[in-house]
This record gives sequence, C-alpha cells and structure tokens, in this order.
Amino acid sequence: MSPVDQPIQLQHVSKKFGSFRVLDDVSLGVPQGEATVVLGRSGTGKSVLLKHIVGLLLPDHGRVFVQGQELTALPAAKIASVRRQIGFLFQNAALFDSMTVGDNVGFPLRRHTQLSEGSVRARAQDKLALVGLERDYNKLPAALSGGMRKRAGLARAMALDPAILLVDEPSAGLDPITSEEIDDLLVRVKHELGTTLVVVTHNIPSARRIGDALLFLHEGRVLVRGTAAELEGSEHSIVRQFMTSEAGG
Amino acid sequence: MPSWVNTFFVLPMARVGDSISFATRALVAALRPPFEFKETARQLYEIGWLSVPLIAVSGFAVGIVLSMHTRASLERFGAEALIPAALTLALVRETGPLVVGLLVSGRVGAGIGAELGAMKVTEQIDALEASAVDSFKFLVVTRMVACVVAMPILTTVMNFTGILGGWAAESAVSGLGFFSYIRAAFSIVEFTDYLPGTLKTMVFGFIIAVTASYLGINSSHGTQGVGRAATRSVVLASVLLIATNVVLVRLIFFVFPESAQ
Repeated sequence: MSPVDQPIQLQHVSKKFGSFRVLDDVSLGVPQGEATVVLGRSGTGKSVLLKHIVGLLLPDHGRVFVQGQELTALPAAKIASVRRQIGFLFQNAALFDSMTVGDNVGFPLRRHTQLSEGSVRARAQDKLALVGLERDYNKLPAALSGGMRKRAGLARAMALDPAILLVDEPSAGLDPITSEEIDDLLVRVKHELGTTLVVVTHNIPSARRIGDALLFLHEGRVLVRGTAAELEGSEHSIVRQFMTSEAGG
Repeated sequence: MPSWVNTFFVLPMARVGDSISFATRALVAALRPPFEFKETARQLYEIGWLSVPLIAVSGFAVGIVLSMHTRASLERFGAEALIPAALTLALVRETGPLVVGLLVSGRVGAGIGAELGAMKVTEQIDALEASAVDSFKFLVVTRMVACVVAMPILTTVMNFTGILGGWAAESAVSGLGFFSYIRAAFSIVEFTDYLPGTLKTMVFGFIIAVTASYLGINSSHGTQGVGRAATRSVVLASVLLIATNVVLVRLIFFVFPESAQ
C-alpha cells in the first residue's frame, strides 16, 4: 500500500535493549484515518513500538515510514518536521512540571504556529474542554490526579490537530465513565478530523470501542491482527485468554 | 580484556570522551540559530536573578571575615591604612569569583542536575522531542548561556557587597567613613584587577551548566538516579571549577602581566 493509504509503516523492525529483544521483526501498516489498537501483556514492547513511530527510538534493524518519509534515514531536522504531524500521549502523560496545564497544551501551538497569544490560550482552553479540564488551565501538573494528568496530556497531544495520534494507555488511572468519554473523544477525532490513531491499551472494552483493527504483540512479535471478534476466535490461547480476561475488561 | 580494565579505564575514558563531546555540542549549538531567547531569559531569571540574595548576603559576610583577617595581619606591620585596598584586591581578583563559582555550583548545579534528571525519568525530555523541539537546545544550551551571562554579574554583586561588608567591619573597629573607605580601597585596585577575575567566571558558568546538564540528562534508575545526578553535579562541577581556576589564573598572568604584580 502507498504512504497515502498507510501513513505509518514498519518493515521488519527489530530492537534490543542489552540482550533483551523487545521487538522482533515487526512489520505492520496502519491505514489512513483508522484506529489500530495494540494489545499485549506488560513488557511486550507496545510503548517501544510507539516510540519507533515518532522517532524517539531507532530500530536496530528494519525501516519505519511515517507519511511516506523513512524516519530511519532522515536527518534530525527533517525528523522534527515529521513529528509536527504526530501527537503523542505518553504512558505517564509527561507533562512539563514547570508549566501550567494550559501552557502545556499551548506549548506546541506557541512553538509551531503563528497564532496570537490570545488564540493560543483560546485553543488550549478548547482542547482542555474536550477532555473535561477547562477549569484547570492555571493549575500545575503536580496539583492534578493521575487521570487528570493523562487527560491533560491527551489535550496537549491533540493541540495541533495532528494527522497521526499515538496514544499510550488512554484509560490508565481513569474511572470507567471518564474512560468511556475519552474513548468517544478519540473516535470522534478519528471521524471528524480523519486522524490516524495508534492506541496502546490493556482495556479490552476500550479497545473494542476505539479500534478498527486490533493487533496482539507477544514476545516482540505481532502474533495476530484482526477485528475484536477475530482475536476472540484466535488459534492462540494467550490471545483468547487476554480478550476474555477480567483485567482486560 | 579483564573486567577491571573495563571498569577502571575503558568506561571512565568513554565517559570523559562523551562529556567532552557533549560540551562541544553545547558550544556549537549556542552559536547556531534558531535561538531560544524566551527560555534563555527564563533561565537567566532562575539562575541569575534568584541567586542574587544568596550571593549578596554571602558577599557581605565574606567581606566582614576578610576585613577581620586583613586587619589582624596588617596590624602587625602597622599598615592598617592598606586594609581597604588589600581586601578589595583579594576580593575582586580571586575570592569573589571563586566563592561565586562554588555558591552557584551548589545552588544552580544541583538544581539543573535534579531538574533535568527528573525530566529524563518522567519522559518530559522525550515529550519535548516528540513535540518537534530540539531538547538539547531548549534545555542545555539555554541553561549554559544563562549561566555564562549570569556569572560575571553575580561576581560583580559579590564584589560590591563584599566591599560593603569590609567597610561595615572596618567602620565598626576604626569608625572609618564610607567614602574614605572606598577612596582607600580603589587607590591601588585597577580595572585590570577586576576584569580578568570577573570574566573567568564565564568559564565557571559554562563548567557548572554543562556538567550538571550532562549528569542530569544521563541520569537513570528513577528517583535515586535523580538524587545522584544532583549530588554529582555539585561535586564534579566544584572540583572541575577549582582545577580549572589554577589554569585560568596562570593564563590571566600570561595575558595580563600586570595582574601578577
């Protein structure tokens, strides 16, 4: 498929930390405007996979293409231009401690747009409202709960209305109702803005709500890829067990 | 290769090489646009302005102590009239720059090491990179420039408050007036006494910022690593600063021969 059809492509990507192989010959393509959910047990390389897509990690072997550009062959300055098209929600939100929540969300806008200060504030406020934090603009991240930090991180990731949104554990630390609201928000972003989503989660109901395709990562390899129903009927017992486990639900 | 060779020679040498490359990269990046003016100004406030109270109070105290020691020494030779000049000379040439270097190393070095270490372990540095921001320029170069700019200013503050402290101590003993003290202080001291000592603190600022940034950015092992980065930043920056001072004093004597008189 072309870069237009698949803005994210990984070809035979392998990554080792020391002697531990985290990704082992992973190949996948993420279709334009669709949500791909990455499932798998803890420590199977899901977050590492996301970091390869945004170029924070480079593979030992293999190639990574984003919007048709080979990240693994680009100089640092060009990688930055690719990154402007990507929003990334980190597992622990990674909000900047020294800035208020509003400034965190406004940070990419101030850096990469010519918007006036008033427009930046208005847009940051809008994004915070999307995640239910409109009253927390002036708070410091330290004053937020884990779930609120996560939502603020999502607002920051969406600030530039990126073409690609990488989301690491959107439901972690959220109550079921807020978690559902965040899932709905991601689905809305996908439908309304045509954003391509890659979501890492352990939450199976969340995966069902968001995902057009689910893939299961096990011991650094893509074990199976398909719809939720296909994963439930997988020949691999670990996949079936994961899809029906209480932890997942 | 035996493991002790690796532990005691190869790894330390690799670390030294890495840190020199880090420092060179910081210097080169500081000269290349785009420049992070806003963040540099913020760091100047954090590093420079917020250090002023510490430097001013310490300078005043150092001035008092120097005055007491100078009086005790010069009294033996009946040369009390030289106290203001001797104190000022000692302060602007060496004591001021070195004490400022060590104080800033403690306050700012620990702060940079801990802050960057915490940013590393909480993925904030990755978040900067993911936001298409050059984290090295944004975090390291801004702090380095702020330190280099702030140090001579802080040294001047210390020199000023040190002279004030010296006058306060002297006035308490001999009742010498302020303007008489200042006239006596600057009867011998010249601009070439002030300039080299003050300018060398720019090198101190560079050492403090780069050492602390290097250790902070390369910290690992969670909060324990952050604490270790902060402690090592102060220790290593202070030792490097004192060692570099020896070379700088020699260099100053070479470039400004009148300073050696």
